[in-house]
Amino acid sequence: MLNKKHWVLLASAGSLALTGMTTAQADTLEDTRSNGAVQCGVSDGLPGFSSPDDQGNWQGLDVDVCRAVAAAVLGDSEAVDYISLNAVERFTALQSGEVDVLSRNTTWTTTRDTTLGLNFTGVSFYDGIGFMINRDLGVGSAKELDGAAICVQSGTTTELNVADYFRANDMQFDPIVFDTSEQTVGGYQAGRCDVLTSDTSQLAALRIQLDNPKGSMILPEIISKEPLGPVVRQGDDTWFNIVKWSLFAMINAEEYGLNSANVDDMLSSEDPNIARILGQGDNYGEAMGLEADWAYNIIKQVGNYGESFDRNVGMDSPLEIERGVNALWTEGGIQYAPPIR
Amino acid sequence: MSVRPNARPGGQKPPFWRDRAKRALIFQLLLVAAVAAFLLYIVGNTQANLEARGITTGFGFLSNTAGFGIVQTLVDYSSQSSYARTFLVGLLNTLLVGGLGVLAATIIGFTVGIARLSPNWLLARLANGYIEIFRNIPLLLQIFFWYFAVLRTLPSARDSLAFGEAVFLNVRGLYLPEPLFESGFGIIPATFLVAIIASIVLVVWNKRRQDATGKRLPAGWISLLLIFGLPLLALVATGVPVTWDMPALSGFNFRGGITIIPEFLALWLALSIYTASFIAEIVRSGIQAISHGQTEAAQALSLPRKLVLRLVIIPQALRVIIPPLTSQYLNLIKNSSLATAIGYPDLVSVFAGTTLNQTGQAIEVIAMTMAVYLTISLVVSMFMNWFNARVALVER
Repeated sequence: MLNKKHWVLLASAGSLALTGMTTAQADTLEDTRSNGAVQCGVSDGLPGFSSPDDQGNWQGLDVDVCRAVAAAVLGDSEAVDYISLNAVERFTALQSGEVDVLSRNTTWTTTRDTTLGLNFTGVSFYDGIGFMINRDLGVGSAKELDGAAICVQSGTTTELNVADYFRANDMQFDPIVFDTSEQTVGGYQAGRCDVLTSDTSQLAALRIQLDNPKGSMILPEIISKEPLGPVVRQGDDTWFNIVKWSLFAMINAEEYGLNSANVDDMLSSEDPNIARILGQGDNYGEAMGLEADWAYNIIKQVGNYGESFDRNVGMDSPLEIERGVNALWTEGGIQYAPPIR
Repeated sequence: MSVRPNARPGGQKPPFWRDRAKRALIFQLLLVAAVAAFLLYIVGNTQANLEARGITTGFGFLSNTAGFGIVQTLVDYSSQSSYARTFLVGLLNTLLVGGLGVLAATIIGFTVGIARLSPNWLLARLANGYIEIFRNIPLLLQIFFWYFAVLRTLPSARDSLAFGEAVFLNVRGLYLPEPLFESGFGIIPATFLVAIIASIVLVVWNKRRQDATGKRLPAGWISLLLIFGLPLLALVATGVPVTWDMPALSGFNFRGGITIIPEFLALWLALSIYTASFIAEIVRSGIQAISHGQTEAAQALSLPRKLVLRLVIIPQALRVIIPPLTSQYLNLIKNSSLATAIGYPDLVSVFAGTTLNQTGQAIEVIAMTMAVYLTISLVVSMFMNWFNARVALVER
């Protein structure tokens, strides 16, 4: 018997088999314009990154990347079709053309960037794997986890990195693998496993959903690098550039003090950097097939990177994640976008 | 019908399109060619598309390091093993739950099916209730019921339910002592083998003696005594060369002994109980398909009631039971892929799930997985067909 996940995989594999040769060199920009909406793959519900609010509108840092692309391409950040994908479905859905951008807390690795026929366009969030554990167990460090049962979501880099970490430290563990993050939390709460592991940002989001958030703590060790970013298919460089520079525009906007509130006033700014971002004078969007106001639309409708961060995962959100390494390079972090010129 | 052109009065061959046999052959060849062309187009187009999108293809990934752990492995496995090894681990886990499921479903199904026909009113009603409840609730819900409603509510590892300090049950699973065999244990399986051979000889001899003289010994009971008694005798005589590895709480979990994970228990219970309700109905219908005249005829020969069932009713009922029983076995094995819903590491979960995602080679992985289920099902079918042919009515 096949469940929904496998139907999606089969359908995607089938569409790879049946689609004509022409789609391989498809013009994603043209398709998106005629479709009137960006096909964006998001998670199956991760607060702060991509999850529907109580009115059913998708919210989050990853969702803002989708909206930025829609604002740049169509001039309307709401023109997005969100397709919810679990960790196992996500790459096949992108490869087969079911979605055109995958913005779903996905870690950038060599394998994914090469053998899957995909391209990562940048890093929207620098993350790392951590462990969440019940306070009552009295464990203060990940080094004390020998013999623990660990709940982990299937098809993630976490599954690999945890195995590496325990092997490197000569410790044993029982991996309890579930399909969705909801199930891993369920297993953790029922005591099926001692430890819940995932990217630390996700742990923060999952912790506030627990019945008793104060009863659990996140261990201090970060055991891996998990740079998360949007992904597109290989073979359409224009679309690759659009997604890449949509994110860069948000980061650059923060660096030059542009935000959704002041962007209209800034249109008359004398600063040449700001004038270039807002398309006053030369059109830097032309080579990507975009209008001169592409970045203006992003900043006006979605906001700069800092606004998006604070609103979705930062101090203005229930997650209260510190900027940390995700601060701009000018403020001690490593978020750094190439200049628009 | 055959057309013999030389038998025609004119002696002339008709044109080939007037020859029905040739026409049929041509149409069949055309159909085969069309199907082959379609398949070739699909395969070629898939390859071209995969290449154009820069997606790696081929089965080379099977020798790459898997890098992830699996909670239940029947063979040696670590995160340094290859993807081919994860395939094997997943396959064995599927076969384990499938095999034990078939066994349990058969036993429960036959018991309930026969109980359903019992003259005892209460027993028949209970069996009927069992069938109607478990046959009419979707299997996935039953798996969830056993996993979330029953096994998830067990106490934590530290407050385990203990049975005599040897068997522990908690939310992490069932912990059993593991027998460790010392030297000299080899004699016990050896006596077991001897007892089986002796029993076969006894049964054959008994049958010949009965044919010749009409006298028979209770060979079944003697065999049973031999098969269980002899190894037990050897065990005592050698001074019980077995030690037990007891599970004990250390750190987070119980260590030592055998661990049966709750995902396995939930899946096994749900599959067995669900499929058994169908098997029970098949058994009941098989027995009822035998006309009552057969029972009466056997009784007229003054056969005891036990022998009527064993020698007259069941052999005839089996002919009706086996074909639909085969379908139930196949269903059970295929349904075991629902494991992925509760995280039991079966083939679909570790191979078509994690491996597919880590390698991204959807077409190869899904094709391999489908081929495995197809192979298992065909092997089971072949065996059941062979068995069916053996019990089929021999017409003379």
